[in-house]
Amino acid sequence: MNLGSGTESSLIVDVIFWVIAVSTIIASLAVFHLKDLFRAALFLVVTFLGIAGLFVLLMAEFLAVVQVIIYVGAISVLIIFAVLMTRNVEQGNPSNSFKIPAILISMAFILISSFVITNTDWNLLDNVVIVTSEEQIGLSDEILLMNETKNQIEKIFSNTIPEISRLLLRDFVLAFELASVLLLAAIVGALVLVRER
Amino acid sequence: MNLENFLVVGAVLFGVGLYGTLSKRNVITVLMGLELMFNAVNITAVAFSRYIVPSVLIGDVSVRSDEILRLLLTGQIFAIFIVAVAAAEVAVGIAIVISMYRHRETVFITDVSEMRH
Repeated sequence: MNLGSGTESSLIVDVIFWVIAVSTIIASLAVFHLKDLFRAALFLVVTFLGIAGLFVLLMAEFLAVVQVIIYVGAISVLIIFAVLMTRNVEQGNPSNSFKIPAILISMAFILISSFVITNTDWNLLDNVVIVTSEEQIGLSDEILLMNETKNQIEKIFSNTIPEISRLLLRDFVLAFELASVLLLAAIVGALVLVRER
Repeated sequence: MNLENFLVVGAVLFGVGLYGTLSKRNVITVLMGLELMFNAVNITAVAFSRYIVPSVLIGDVSVRSDEILRLLLTGQIFAIFIVAVAAAEVAVGIAIVISMYRHRETVFITDVSEMRH
């Protein structure tokens, strides 16, 4: 799955991508279709795991692990706690009167955004192949430059953790500190809301 | 496995989450739809960071250095912050759900409609 010759990938990786993507979408549809809310929460866990798999395919391994730890390990557990504490077995997971317009709105969104996505000329870096050093003599400077850039990009994406840490603590340190303040406010707010009177 | 495939998957997941948020009566299901929308945006951000290289980064070695090339991972940083914000939001949301259940014995949004006209 290296970036070497652009965005080509082998057949096995394509099959894996389609399997993960389709199962994620089916699981997300099952979340809102099942009558039992507990099973719906479990299918939400499956959706989060599928999305973590998509992150691995996008060469974002640290983000995949963060997704599993935080979404599957904390947020899903929180949602399941809430489901079990507020269980309503007869009604379960009903739809309200806005069901048909909601289907129309979401179908319109999906169709319009798919149309825009497939009709945009994404200027991807995939029309330059990596050449060995013997063949480099006859090529122009521009292609050599793109070649070298792709090598460096591949080096960065193959080891994302130190780069992410440097970005978080040098370039984006303000957002990092604000996120900690936000989490503190969320903790205090949640505790205040569920306090016994 | 192209950029367009990942973006379409993100758009479909966002649409499914949007449908669930708008059309369900249980508050927890609405929150699950919100989480799904957050995740769809995460996929889109990471896909853009992986496949799109700004043309200013493809340049002379004296113009760009390794520190600037690191900024390609901004999509993943954005996704990390979205995860943090979504975690905070679901914590407060579940606290609201518990508080609502404690006072009203219901978790359906159609039953807590005193502010409607």
